[in-house]
Amino acid sequence: MSATAVGAHGHADSQSMSIGKFLSTYVFSLDHKVIGIQFLFSTLLWFVVGGLLALGVRWQLAWPWEDMPVIGSMLYSAEGGQIAPEFYTMLFTMHASVMIFFVIIPILAGAFGNFLIPLMIGADDMAFPVLNMLSYWFMWPAFILMTLSFFVEGGASAAGWTSYPPLSAIAGAAPASNAGQSLWLLALIFVGISSMMGSVNYMTTIIQMRAPGMTMFRMPMTIWAMFITAILQAFALPVLTAALFMQYLDREFGTGFFVPSGYVVNNESVGAGGGQPLLWQHLFWFYSHPAVYIMILPAMGMVSDMIATFSRKPLFGYKPMVYSISGIAGLGFIVWGHHMFMSGMNPALGMTFMLSTMMIALPSAIKTFNWLGTIWGGKIHFTTPMLFSLAFVSMFIIGGLSGIFMAATPIDIFIHDTYFIVAHIHYVLFGGTAMAVFGGVYFWFPKMFGRMMNEAWGKVHFFLSFVFFNGTFFAMHILGAGGFPRRLADPYHYETFKHMQPLNQFITICAIGMGLSQLIFAGNIIYSLFWGPKCGRNPWKSNTLEWTTPSPPGHGNFDFQPIVYRGPYEYASPEVEEDYYLQTQPPPEGADAEQSTEDGH
Amino acid sequence: MNRFWTILFLLVPILGVATFALAPVYGHWLPDDFSERGVNIDRLYYFILYLTGAVFVVTEVVMFWFMWKYDATKTDEPTKFTHGSHKLEIIWTIVPAATLLFIALYQMNAWADAKIDKPDMVPTCKVVARQFEWRIQYPGPDNELDTPDDIYAPPNEMHVPVNEEILIHLESDDVLHSFFLPNFRVKQDAVPGSMIPVWFRATEENEYDLVCAELCGWGHYKMKGRLTVESREEFDAWLADQARDNMATQETVSQDSEDQ
Ligand SMILES: [Cu+2]
Ligand SMILES: [Cu+2]
Repeated sequence: MSATAVGAHGHADSQSMSIGKFLSTYVFSLDHKVIGIQFLFSTLLWFVVGGLLALGVRWQLAWPWEDMPVIGSMLYSAEGGQIAPEFYTMLFTMHASVMIFFVIIPILAGAFGNFLIPLMIGADDMAFPVLNMLSYWFMWPAFILMTLSFFVEGGASAAGWTSYPPLSAIAGAAPASNAGQSLWLLALIFVGISSMMGSVNYMTTIIQMRAPGMTMFRMPMTIWAMFITAILQAFALPVLTAALFMQYLDREFGTGFFVPSGYVVNNESVGAGGGQPLLWQHLFWFYSHPAVYIMILPAMGMVSDMIATFSRKPLFGYKPMVYSISGIAGLGFIVWGHHMFMSGMNPALGMTFMLSTMMIALPSAIKTFNWLGTIWGGKIHFTTPMLFSLAFVSMFIIGGLSGIFMAATPIDIFIHDTYFIVAHIHYVLFGGTAMAVFGGVYFWFPKMFGRMMNEAWGKVHFFLSFVFFNGTFFAMHILGAGGFPRRLADPYHYETFKHMQPLNQFITICAIGMGLSQLIFAGNIIYSLFWGPKCGRNPWKSNTLEWTTPSPPGHGNFDFQPIVYRGPYEYASPEVEEDYYLQTQPPPEGADAEQSTEDGH
Repeated sequence: MNRFWTILFLLVPILGVATFALAPVYGHWLPDDFSERGVNIDRLYYFILYLTGAVFVVTEVVMFWFMWKYDATKTDEPTKFTHGSHKLEIIWTIVPAATLLFIALYQMNAWADAKIDKPDMVPTCKVVARQFEWRIQYPGPDNELDTPDDIYAPPNEMHVPVNEEILIHLESDDVLHSFFLPNFRVKQDAVPGSMIPVWFRATEENEYDLVCAELCGWGHYKMKGRLTVESREEFDAWLADQARDNMATQETVSQDSEDQ
């Protein structure tokens, strides 16, 4: 109905109209930018939850069975302020589940992917805006189910984020493996549906909606990474979804896909059985190894763009970078067995997986060398996003190299399920991805909200995060070398690990410091949203298409028809005066047209 | 200020190496190793540690150096307008590829030794993991497991003779567990429904921790066993004691049932 329909009930009408307009603009919006920002704030809130859960874990490891000051009595009054072992088990399970499925995956693909893809390829929106909106709203059942699971009898899932059966597949196998575990499975199914919708949309948009002149090899690395990530999601997710349904059926209907026959767990008969616990591990890791790349590739893309921008120099080896992320996508599907070297899987198969896993380190090495090549001979501007991007490279080197230890099967015998792997994954996912996300927020915030974030506080945030991050996680390599196992509520009653408590206390203090530093980040976001200095279209003097739009871009993104003349990284090009060269800027008259339309080299 | 950030990044390799160098001084390092095959694993560990350590230091220092040299406020060199180098790409593809391939192949023997080439012998014992304890069962005089004359050790107590090949049949009664002997570099998940062989050879008499390394429920942390490595004579004597104890309990059990 049209707004011209004024009558006796016009007043009531216009009120409901404005509510409807509010809902369609900010809540059930079809605009990819709004959806991206919705994803961003939802995931940042869950980041807080995941972080607090981690601090609970750290408290117990530093001062086991001691009352948590102040908040302990509120949280677990039943245990007199102590963390009970079943509660501890839930803490680390939910920390990982929240961080992986509610923070990292949706913040990269959902927040940055949504916001950036149409803007960077010169489209007015996603190919399927309604599907896009649904991909956000399908996260909500997941959010609600997961939140609910904390309050059901027995509490939230406590079977580890890997949810290995039979522990997870039998209702009652562990305290907390009742309703909480089933809700966990359902929540993940919704996350999967959401990611799937996003993935289909991203692939279609990138293939179909590029602006004239935007060839595949003129796309920024962020877009390449999002594209490859979407492909990984599309092929790996159905396997996880099937596995989640199977485990749900095992729990609720006793199908026994993952449970062998004739077993009794915690006085509960496991039912008909006839299944195989290892089958779950194969299915789970067939998704979750590619998921590691889903959780890092977009970060690599974003970092590539930021490093080129702030080195004022073309990205070194653009095409090798593209080939190496494509290589990761292919190899990523044949390495999942490296999570199962100790699982009882045929050890000969372990050798094959060791070979493929070693080989997948290669693309990461190539990318690292190319990032170093990019800053070589440039003019480095030490802005907050650049510092976070450099930290990404520096930390990713550590995370990448420590992966080689686990890939080497004989060494994995000793360090599997120890803090060595905890250190490794956090160097990749926190030192890597989270640093890139921080950098990305500082970098694209002006485009999202039209205001700059505070640089000085940004640098304080960087400094504290960087120092406390390393204090927290570097020492974990040392714990791991000592054989210190993961997931133990109290490791110190073992003689082998007794002496490691002081080191754990140091780690916990650093972790608390890291948590507190994020308050600066939160404060900076909130302050800058309202009072940050207004910025123009291109505050960083960057080349890619999103910087040609107004900040923030209006509905439909571009106020002109973007036509792309060159690749995204023509910084310091001799063709122009300035040290940047927008992709949409027509070549100067008389310039060799042949050369300026050529891609890459 | 830019110099401050650059030096912060230089601290990464410096403190990184210092941490690894100083950790052993403060008693934080690989637990003592008392197994024959574990020595191989440790050797490979050091090999990869030095190799990755070198790559770590070189890449981080190069990164620091570039940050130092190409600081926009300090450098007066013109920006190198380049999109890459074919030659460099080929070098830094082939060299790491060859190195990684070598690392993988170099591990194969130790892996086969630890997990594939099972010794051909009568199993020393059967270890059954369950929430939250280890049950160990030795073959009786007939030298066969799972026969009526099997000898049961008290829960969580495992004894093996020193300097002999030990073969264990690992099973689980309920959920996944993992049989972890840090001092022998032995780890193997126990899987319900499967029997998985585990073998090692202990070289020093002492008592050691047996750790459960796979989450098995709320009591996972307390699923602790003790492994006693002793001389053949002591081991035989201990086993005979256990056999006698088993007999005694069996008698009381049968008496109890007669009484009823
Ligand atoms: Cu993996
Ligand atoms: Cu356990």
